[in-house]
Amino acid sequence: MYLTKEEEQILNGESGETLRQAIEILVALGDIYGADRLIPIKSSQIAGVSYKTMGDAGLEWISDLQGKVKVPSILNPAGMDLQDWKRLRISPEFAEKQKLIVQAYEKLGIQCECTCTPYNLEGFNVGYGDHLAWSESSAVSYANSVLGARTNREGGPSALSAALLGKTANYGFHLNENRMPEISFDVGYSLKGSDYGALGYVAGKLAGSKVPIFHLRCTPDADELKALGAAMAASGAVALYHVEGVTPEICRMDFEEPTEKITIEKSQLDEVYEGLRKACKEPELITIGCPHCSAAELEKAAELLRGKTVLKEFWIFTSRKLAKLHPEYIKTIEKSGAKVVCDTCMVVSPATNSYSCVMVNSGKALAYVPGMCGAEAVYGSMETCVEEAIGETTKKVAKKAGGSN
Amino acid sequence: MRQQRRLQRRQVVLIKLKGRTISRGCARGEVLLSTDPISFLGSVNPKTGVIIEEKHALEGKSIQGKVLVFPYGKGSTVGSYVIYQLKKNGVAPSAIINLETEPIVAVGAIISEIPLVDMLERNPYEVLNNGDFVVVNGSKGYIELIKQETNKTE
Repeated sequence: MYLTKEEEQILNGESGETLRQAIEILVALGDIYGADRLIPIKSSQIAGVSYKTMGDAGLEWISDLQGKVKVPSILNPAGMDLQDWKRLRISPEFAEKQKLIVQAYEKLGIQCECTCTPYNLEGFNVGYGDHLAWSESSAVSYANSVLGARTNREGGPSALSAALLGKTANYGFHLNENRMPEISFDVGYSLKGSDYGALGYVAGKLAGSKVPIFHLRCTPDADELKALGAAMAASGAVALYHVEGVTPEICRMDFEEPTEKITIEKSQLDEVYEGLRKACKEPELITIGCPHCSAAELEKAAELLRGKTVLKEFWIFTSRKLAKLHPEYIKTIEKSGAKVVCDTCMVVSPATNSYSCVMVNSGKALAYVPGMCGAEAVYGSMETCVEEAIGETTKKVAKKAGGSN
Repeated sequence: MRQQRRLQRRQVVLIKLKGRTISRGCARGEVLLSTDPISFLGSVNPKTGVIIEEKHALEGKSIQGKVLVFPYGKGSTVGSYVIYQLKKNGVAPSAIINLETEPIVAVGAIISEIPLVDMLERNPYEVLNNGDFVVVNGSKGYIELIKQETNKTE
């Protein structure tokens, strides 16, 4: 890999130990993946924040680092609401460690807003063709696919190294040749809302780490694309996808249709809704906001919950900035008894681990909750989630099943 | 220290194999070969350096101070931090040789300052045996198999 004179000097330790290690990480990854050089990045988003996933190992490493980031940098969700952690009954020991992790990042000049949707925040707006070093898989997918930016799925230390240097190694999704579609999905029916998460859940398993192109019969909005990409990055390892007639690179790059073509049947999506439901117990906890709710999703949740009372624990996750910008939605939601929780999510918070069955409207959460939280997960639209929480589904099911079960 | 220096004087390089630099630095130790890939999160006890994964080729063995040879890493990215924890607890391997390193182990070795070389010009599983004494020079990208003159060759 070619390094400039200045980069060589950093690698030789002339700018201190933290930067030496940072550039060593980028060079090693660049060599592994065949990068020709380092390229400047616009921003960085750093995973490895929740104490639940990092543990003492991560806390120790992050606490030992020195220096300041060179580009706007932001964190992935932590293991708890940083201001009101007691509300989800997080233990004081966990809270203490979680605060230490966030403080250690703050010391490095990183914005301690913890969200998987940084593209909704000021200062993190992303333009077509921008190079980034982001690590949260759904944010990576959104930046690459919906915004036309370029980022690999960075690990925590490599995203942080990129932030400290303001550069990343030029390989993978930074290069045109790796952004071509490799597998084509045809979906011959109309989709709405959580159907996109279900589609992503199915398609991710089929695509693995390939770049898919979708041929749809409808036009998804930004939140639907967010759900599609998040699910595919969780059930598979998809970091970039294209949607015919919708996503930006389709119009600007000359793609050939891949030879591998798969038709996804409606019944495959129905299985996501129903198949898991059969095996599952009654959901004890309802969660939405994976990835973090947008303003539009908060508004929709508020409308569905207006004047209702939830009978079950119901958590809605969003970024702190959006919660602050929309106090009216938060007020309506919380009046129902549902909780709006910031800085964290159902997957990375230990709070979810105390439930045995969780209902989600996210293909990503559906993929991760069983393994990460030890709970069964069931899938439904936002409407179904609200019905479940306020007790309307139980009544419906009871009627259908003749009162049994 | 003195004993180490004495040993060094008696050493003869039997084989030198070039590879690719992943993590810089130079270290030596006894070879411990694993035919299985290693997931540092969950498979290794970070306090003791003992492999705890059931049915793993190295189950029950300590990797502390060894030149650990394994094909590649697997599993969670948190594995990088576990390597760092092993190092801080004084139970990390002294050096690593991989067939082909993936990013989790690469990053873990770099942040823990454990020399790591991969893609050797010959297959390490054909050249090295458990207990062999090896020098890993991560900075220059080679390994050396050392014969200690007091020991008879096999």
